[in-house]
Amino acid sequence: MSGFHCYDIFAIPMQAWFGQLLLGLINGAFYAMLSLGLAVIFGMLNVINFAHGAQYMMGAFAAWLLLGILDVPFWASLVLAPIIVGLFGVVLERLLLKRIYHLDHLYGFLLTFGLALVIEGLFQWKWGSSGAPYPSPIAGGWNLGFMYLPKYRGFVVVAALAICLATWFAIERTRLGAYLRAATENPTLVRAFGINVPRLITITYGVGVGLAALAGVLAAPIQQVSALMGTNLVLVVFAVVVIGGMGSIMGSIVTGFSLGLVEGLTKVCYPPGSNTVIFVVMALVLLVKPAGLFGQTK
Amino acid sequence: MTARNISLFVALVLALIAPFVAYPVFLMTALCFALFAGAFNLLLGYAGLMSFGHAMFFGMAAYFFGHVVKAWGLPPEVGLLAGVLGGAALGLVTGALAIRRQGIYFAMITLAFAQMIYFLCVQMPFTGGEDGLQGIPRRALLGGLLPITNDFTLYYVVLAIFLFGYGCIYRFIHSPFGQVLKAIRDNEQRAVSLGYEADRYKLLAFVLSAALSGLAGATKAMVLQFATLTDVSAGLSGEVVLMALVGGLGTLSGPIVGAYIIITMQNYLAGFGEFVLVIQGAIFVVIVMAFRKGLVGEISAWWKARKHKA
Repeated sequence: MSGFHCYDIFAIPMQAWFGQLLLGLINGAFYAMLSLGLAVIFGMLNVINFAHGAQYMMGAFAAWLLLGILDVPFWASLVLAPIIVGLFGVVLERLLLKRIYHLDHLYGFLLTFGLALVIEGLFQWKWGSSGAPYPSPIAGGWNLGFMYLPKYRGFVVVAALAICLATWFAIERTRLGAYLRAATENPTLVRAFGINVPRLITITYGVGVGLAALAGVLAAPIQQVSALMGTNLVLVVFAVVVIGGMGSIMGSIVTGFSLGLVEGLTKVCYPPGSNTVIFVVMALVLLVKPAGLFGQTK
Repeated sequence: MTARNISLFVALVLALIAPFVAYPVFLMTALCFALFAGAFNLLLGYAGLMSFGHAMFFGMAAYFFGHVVKAWGLPPEVGLLAGVLGGAALGLVTGALAIRRQGIYFAMITLAFAQMIYFLCVQMPFTGGEDGLQGIPRRALLGGLLPITNDFTLYYVVLAIFLFGYGCIYRFIHSPFGQVLKAIRDNEQRAVSLGYEADRYKLLAFVLSAALSGLAGATKAMVLQFATLTDVSAGLSGEVVLMALVGGLGTLSGPIVGAYIIITMQNYLAGFGEFVLVIQGAIFVVIVMAFRKGLVGEISAWWKARKHKA
């Protein structure tokens, strides 16, 4: 039992098609949110935040701990956890990251890689590597006739889309976003206009980390909350970022969702390829359009 | 005799008597990782290309060695050759794609390819999946003349392989090719405007580094007699970066020192589980923040400064 049966659509029950597509859409929602955060941070700090996966995990853990210890409901955690983890990000930026902006990009990558190891190691040491379940805040589902849609999963897709569009709006259509874009282009000039660029950078990192944590909270009821839940995810998100290019916010969103769908489709057509398909797409994009689908050629 | 020659001589004597003092298997493992770190450093330290997926060459070569020796029953020399060629071929394919982007993207691309190779290794039957290849026999070398079941004998074989590998690295760096690489690292546009095809040089450096990483991986499989998923994992890719960084990027002896430090540390901390990761991470942070030249780099900088004063 293997091989391609993409050709005979009818041999696969519609249920399986839509089920996998939904799963793909949900994965895509997380790719979009995480690659968005990476792009925002990179634009401002010139640092590829390797700790993104660890901070996503911290978001899920924050929600889980808030529920377990203080009995804070999911909906409050959705706001609280990103703030807590975002503040942690602000501390990291003030203490460590801000001292290395003048160096090669490589050092930011290595520094955040080291931070990811420390964070994940500590969580693993305290809570082990087997996951803990987080109860779904919306029980039940809709029977759509052709498939069963758990309500929470539908909510995640809609929420992720809303978060992505809100981020896009904040960066492209607000005054703060305009400062941000200007400071990305020419920080010295923006500083000369009396805008506190270092503070802007700190805020950006905090918000980017908060975005990762928010994705983590959303993931908690779907996945097991575990210390290593972000480890492999961040590697896939890197591939997503290479495919999309980090030049455009909308590009990250579109690329993230589409790659999730591609992965879902592969799961139906050729299951063994579902782990690797995104990397294959990356190789193809590098061949055809090295700067990425939405990147500027330099 | 210069200070440099004296230290080289002392290092060689130490390497020759080392197995009488320390556990040979530990020393052999350290030599394999030292060669691996040296191959990685050839790329980052001298060509300015940071690969974050070097475990794919090391690990695949270990699998190739295991398969050739265990499943096909061929002598270890063929296994080592398979490891080197396999590493080089994989390097050629991934390198040709990765050098189409620069800087930090290059690191992300190599990392992504390594992850893809990791997933393939989980699924492909020839790697043994989660179990890996266990019990790879230590067949005699040189057509049966040199049995290597004894750890002592094998140590000198591994030392010879290591010296050969490091000799290659030394040759590359001090050849005209190495000079062009450094020129590209320091200013790619200038090198291109002088008529050097930067991409070709970069690709060649990448393939050489992958081949030597393959030699290290195949040798490791010969010594420890197994090849597992750990050898192709992102964790190992990070570790080799750490080894080169601890010792000193762009120094010849740095990666050797770094590999010994990291392997020793892992040996002592093996009982602490997750804490190995925490400590490794903390070392990354400390080095990036405070000692970017690495151990050998900082010492030689201090030495030079002292000489200037005198």
